[in-house]
Amino acid sequence: MERKIRVLIGKPGLDGHDRGAKYIARALRDAGMEVIYTGIRQTPEAIANAAIQEDVDFVGLSLLSGAHGHLFPQVARLLREKGGDRIVLFGGGVIPEEDIPQLKEAGFRAIFTPGTSAGDVVDFICSEMENPS
Amino acid sequence: MMDHGSEETGQLADGVRSGDVLRIARALSIVENGHTAASSLMHSLFDPARREITIGVTGPPGAGKSSLTSRLISYWRGLHRRVGVIAVDPSSPFSGGALLGDRVRMQEHASDSGVFIRSMGSRGHLGGLAGSTRDALEILSAASYDPVIVETVGVGQAEVEVASLADITILVLVPGLGDEVQAMKAGIMEIGDVIVLNKADRPGIDQLEASVSASLEMMPAEAVRPPVIRTSARTGEGIDDLTSLLSSMARDLANTDEVVRRRVSLTLESILRERGRELARRIVHREFHSTEKAVDSIIRGDTTPYEIGELIAGYTGTGERT
Repeated sequence: MERKIRVLIGKPGLDGHDRGAKYIARALRDAGMEVIYTGIRQTPEAIANAAIQEDVDFVGLSLLSGAHGHLFPQVARLLREKGGDRIVLFGGGVIPEEDIPQLKEAGFRAIFTPGTSAGDVVDFICSEMENPS
Repeated sequence: MMDHGSEETGQLADGVRSGDVLRIARALSIVENGHTAASSLMHSLFDPARREITIGVTGPPGAGKSSLTSRLISYWRGLHRRVGVIAVDPSSPFSGGALLGDRVRMQEHASDSGVFIRSMGSRGHLGGLAGSTRDALEILSAASYDPVIVETVGVGQAEVEVASLADITILVLVPGLGDEVQAMKAGIMEIGDVIVLNKADRPGIDQLEASVSASLEMMPAEAVRPPVIRTSARTGEGIDDLTSLLSSMARDLANTDEVVRRRVSLTLESILRERGRELARRIVHREFHSTEKAVDSIIRGDTTPYEIGELIAGYTGTGERT
């Protein structure tokens, strides 16, 4: 059985706008990946637990509420604490350019802002799989 | 006897037994990906008498299987039991990808360290499960999750495999299926040890019950008729009836010789099917060099698929044919 790329797509925080997250989830599925979608309004703890249990290669977080500066680094920290430090993190949503360096510092390999095509996310994942850093 | 595997496999098995979440997750990936270490790992973890009960939850798409599973998790957590869940969703036959969304309905348990949920894509396996679901359930059981609940993909008529790995299979039906219940009677209707009529707060529940009763009446006189329970996973109606029924069934079954024998024999059957296919393919390769060459031979008129079948069935492993 061929190994599948497994990706968890989660929405931490309180905004209920999951159209972007579901759009990306479907695009990744159509690119042959197994996508675990955990739904809206998840705590960082719940997302990190799920990522560990599901043994995913990637965790993608989507947030439109503006709380990314707080919640994204929390997920990164919890993943490290739970032993998931090889999991590659990426994020997306309404995120101002000036916040991106801080999120990268926190361990996010890529941040996708509005206007990103699903193909960009697929390309990102494929290139990370080929050249793990 | 088999080589007990590398030291690494031994450590992994120990990690699983001690409840180390990372190692459990890794072990599940190993069996899911058919890694070469899978067999020796399963060899060291296999214990058909360890668990009290495995519950299968099956039914058509949209029947509320995940919501019902979530209710069952809450019940056993209330009794301080560690609960394992394996939730299978279909893989796309085109891309091979899968959208695994059963966790959405089990969110309330996501931060509970006493619950281990693993989502699996069916990866081309028919029957309503993934090919490695049986091994995954054994791994969760070795990690002391008991019960383990196995939720199938949304099923139609013939995906009845869950009954071959669960001790108790719950068939979940919902109003609106109407005459479909009639069509289901020959396949899936026969595997429910318990039939749950979910979404009982919806119109059409009486018709559904009548339709189910009618199809159960057509069962042979000596067959055991499964209990039928109305529930609403949304409001909680009937959930207590279901859980107390499951508890009493589990008590009756738990580790009786009969249950253990059934688990062993079904696991062996599954291994024979899987490994038997491998062995047959190897024989064909030895005789014809490749499956493609065997096809060429058949097309040339030198042999037929049936003669190859006889060759396989009579193979002695010494190169002689019986």
